[in-house]
Amino acid sequence: MTAVAFPAIHLVLNGKRVAVQVHPMKRLLDVLREDCGLTGTKEGCGEGECGACTVIVDGRAVNACLIPIGQADGARITTIEGLRGRHRLQAAFAAHGGAQCGICTPGMILAAVALGPRPTLEQVRTGLAGNICRCTGYEGIYRAITAAQDSVPRKRP
Amino acid sequence: MRTAISPLALVQPRSLGDALRLLRDEGPLTPLAGCTDVFVGLNFGTLRDRRFLNLWHLDDLRGIERRKGVIRIGALTTYTDLIGSAIVRRHLPMLVAAAREIGAVQIQNRGTLGGNIANGSPAGDTLPVLAAADALVELRSADWVRTVRFTEFYTGYRASVRRPEELITAIAFPAVEGAQWFRKVGTRAAQSISKVVMAGVRATRPRIAFGSVAPTVVRVPRTEGALAAGASIDQARAILQEEIRPIDDLRSTASYRRRVAANLLAQFWSATD
Amino acid sequence: MIQAVGRNVSRKDGADKVDGTAGYVDDLTRPGLLHARTIRSTIPCGDIARVRLDFDRAGFTIVDARDIPGRNLVSLIVDDQPCLAVDQVRHAAEPVLLLAHEDRERLIEADVQIDYVPHTPVFDPEASTHVFKSVAIARGVLEEGLRQADLVIEGEYRTGHQEHLYIEPNGMLAVPEQGGGVTVYGSLQCPYYVHKALCVLLNLPADSVRVVQAETGGGFGGKEEYPSIIAGHACLLALKSGRPVKLVYDRTEDMLATTKRHPSIVRHRTGVTRDGRLVAMDIDVLMDGGAYCTLSPVVLSRGCLHATGPYRCDHVRVNGRVVMTNTPPNGAFRGFGAPQTLFAADVHLERIAEALGMDPVRIREINALRPGDTTATGQVLGADAAALDVLRAAVERSDFHRKREAWRGTDKGIGVSLFFHGAGFTGSGEVKLKSQASLELTPTGVRVLASSTEIGQGQRTVHAQIVADALGLPFDVVEVATPDTAVVPDSGPTVASRTTMVVGGLLKRCAEEMRARMGRLTPKAYLKKHGPLVITKAYEPPPGLVWDDDTYRGSAYGTYGWACDVIEVERDPVTSEVRPTRVTTAQEIGKAIFPLGARGQIEGGTAQGLGWALIEEVVMRDGAMANAQLTNYIVPTTLDTPPMDVVIVEKPYAHGPHGAKGVGEMPFDGVAPAVVNAIRSLGIDIRSVPATPERIMEASRS
Repeated sequence: MTAVAFPAIHLVLNGKRVAVQVHPMKRLLDVLREDCGLTGTKEGCGEGECGACTVIVDGRAVNACLIPIGQADGARITTIEGLRGRHRLQAAFAAHGGAQCGICTPGMILAAVALGPRPTLEQVRTGLAGNICRCTGYEGIYRAITAAQDSVPRKRP
Repeated sequence: MRTAISPLALVQPRSLGDALRLLRDEGPLTPLAGCTDVFVGLNFGTLRDRRFLNLWHLDDLRGIERRKGVIRIGALTTYTDLIGSAIVRRHLPMLVAAAREIGAVQIQNRGTLGGNIANGSPAGDTLPVLAAADALVELRSADWVRTVRFTEFYTGYRASVRRPEELITAIAFPAVEGAQWFRKVGTRAAQSISKVVMAGVRATRPRIAFGSVAPTVVRVPRTEGALAAGASIDQARAILQEEIRPIDDLRSTASYRRRVAANLLAQFWSATD
Repeated sequence: MIQAVGRNVSRKDGADKVDGTAGYVDDLTRPGLLHARTIRSTIPCGDIARVRLDFDRAGFTIVDARDIPGRNLVSLIVDDQPCLAVDQVRHAAEPVLLLAHEDRERLIEADVQIDYVPHTPVFDPEASTHVFKSVAIARGVLEEGLRQADLVIEGEYRTGHQEHLYIEPNGMLAVPEQGGGVTVYGSLQCPYYVHKALCVLLNLPADSVRVVQAETGGGFGGKEEYPSIIAGHACLLALKSGRPVKLVYDRTEDMLATTKRHPSIVRHRTGVTRDGRLVAMDIDVLMDGGAYCTLSPVVLSRGCLHATGPYRCDHVRVNGRVVMTNTPPNGAFRGFGAPQTLFAADVHLERIAEALGMDPVRIREINALRPGDTTATGQVLGADAAALDVLRAAVERSDFHRKREAWRGTDKGIGVSLFFHGAGFTGSGEVKLKSQASLELTPTGVRVLASSTEIGQGQRTVHAQIVADALGLPFDVVEVATPDTAVVPDSGPTVASRTTMVVGGLLKRCAEEMRARMGRLTPKAYLKKHGPLVITKAYEPPPGLVWDDDTYRGSAYGTYGWACDVIEVERDPVTSEVRPTRVTTAQEIGKAIFPLGARGQIEGGTAQGLGWALIEEVVMRDGAMANAQLTNYIVPTTLDTPPMDVVIVEKPYAHGPHGAKGVGEMPFDGVAPAVVNAIRSLGIDIRSVPATPERIMEASRS
């Protein structure tokens, strides 16, 4: 796979313009992890079932394991790294038991971000139904999201 | 990831017309919409296709409009688009109900109505809705347009009348008279494949369709006819259980599916009374 | 100084996990990395006739059993499992050959064909004559008990496999070192288990093998013993090629090939008096171990030791055996044999209550073990025994009786279960482990050196809290070292709900001694004045703890945690689906060092239990998992889990740090019986899990 042979695909990745020259059928998940050095997005199943690979593309939560990079030309993409550790949901997940083993956490936080600022518990349940957590039983995640709604964004210490 | 990417090709058409020309002249090409099914096959290493045609940027295949009572939905309309559309919510609530039950948010943001039809799984959640609504499938090639009744679209398990050089470009819904009803019975509350899925329209002659009880989505004309002729719901349940052909598989059993289908029929009947 | 213990401190691993920088094994790379693939058997039982490699081998490293420098076995309890099959396979997905290449696509495309001479496999554990282990527990005289009984109730209860479904699959990165050694980084629970297995496999001295835990995305027991196999494979390829090798499973391979919970068939024959007293318990336990022994003897042991449930009875006989079948070996999974037998015990007790026309809470009140009571193995329970405390707490808080009455004849049900879990290794296990932990003084504070692994349960945080308070230092200055066998001593495995109670206890003793030595000096001042300071402590059993492995008599565990679940369900008559609508649970754990963490373990263990009870089913066909995809093996999502009301009860254990017992496993143990008992309250007789809608529909019709 020589990089030169592939046309450039332009992304706005975490606010920055980047161009990648990779096979257009390469999964967005692999492009992020391997070509962009962003390993925060995880692979849990390759089927679009677990949600560990959730990223936000053009404002919507999607599974990066099911998207060919050739369909992402011009897309605005946010990965967990794009929150820069400063999103109130990140602090809340850490403080309120939203993360235990942490492998589902990047995808879970982005799916929660995609819910908007004040989702009801019902909306949270529905909106996170595509993110499987095996550790928390989800209760800690709800606590974290509820706590984040009441908090103010703060800088990461 | 169990498929080598290097031997694959992704062709990027400049327009819908270009896409159709490529399908006709440079096939075989597998059209790619939201990829929520095709890429599972790629990840598992079970997909044999090697050459793909990207449709995702072709906005001609998007859009929802209603004219003279007929609702036309572009093939690339996602489930999220359907759920958010005022037209669909008002006039095709059973389609919204189906869209809400597919996968979860991430899948709904990428999966498309055209993709659900082209994939042709007997468990496709929108398919009973299309069957019960007597929808029309618009197929285009570089050289023609044609419309096929959805109830005549499938010829067998994952087989349809769509020719390799054709794309599904839109689905048209004539005005639906009567209360609409939809229910999916899955393996769990979200992100599930249906064990039985049903859509129904309570008209003078009811229109009832099921998924996951046969090699394709099916209408149940004998059951519909019996109800139209005034049969009791118990009689209709019995006829239905003979009319469908569910199987045992990894997810459920034939006997469960048969009984639940009959229960869904009864639930539909009393809910739309 | 603000105390850390008992407070919701800032989780040590929280920041990295929420910002995406935590390093799991698949995030790691090295220059010159090779990727790897495992070729596995496609039949359940037979001889290997021929292995054909139909591909261009340029650039490939290929390893088979002949490449093993040491002994071809996975060193654990019994030396029966090969690391790579030689000339026969005993289960589907057994590893035969390993390939490595720097180009993953060449690996995918490599065509390997194996010809077999198949033999007849054994799939039915009841038909298997190959017994890995038997256990017999006896107390009193069974016939005498049966004579006293007014009623004898029999029953058979079944549980199937369960898949751990940690969201991060198994993976290892092996790096060959100068001088012939190897370092392996991986997703694992027990670095020293892996270390021992690699020394045997690779014929290397202890200091030539280094095992480092990468951030681990869930374990639940599934990364207790299995990592020794995948680490062995990665190391074999790394040593043969001279290059770093990363071997990470995808989800399907992980589900097909790695360990599962042991299926069980448990039979009860119970004598009870008319006033509800259990007078005779005759219990037969059969577990399916899969093709090789792995940890089956210990799973059976714990299962048998919990088989009576948390109930007293003078005349008890428990006979257990775990047998071979030609299926992938089963292994450790949260609860470790106890969920299977506790399920049977509490569903059986519910049927007894029904037969007597007795309230299910009342029958548990009558028979629950109390402080000073003696268990079936002759252990006298201490003042911290809390069965009645948790029973009353959960029953009251859930408003059990009012709901049960109000919901009679409706589609709503409510069920109760009472359960317990022995903390730490069974019997003399902790003595044999000889665990050690160390504390090292640093210029800014102190560093914990233990082989305990953070796998999400909060280990790093709990250990730091204990050490901080014992030293009188702020929580923030306590560092917890990454488990690395070159750096930390062997504190034993991160299993058996022992990490807080046993290893935390060792660290507390280290900290107390360190504090005494430091006097009023700060860490920095002490180091300047005296030089380095490392304190190491080794396990000492509590006084008076006596256990006989041969007769199965004595104190099986230092202590037990106690819990009660009340679970509410709602049935949909159209589909026979039963949905859990609420869980109320009271769990007695000695002391909640990190309350948020303890709560998280209870909620998470409960969710996993709900999955096992209702929707998780491993479908086996020809000895292999037929539904090895997340689409088809389903675990609870946010829409499948109910609100959970958790009450933590604390009755301190004298020999646990701050009174702490264990909490990691117990929450799983009581969910399935409470769910099935709730289904029973709907008038449906279920005696196995998962209680799928298909089975409920079938049971409703009969």
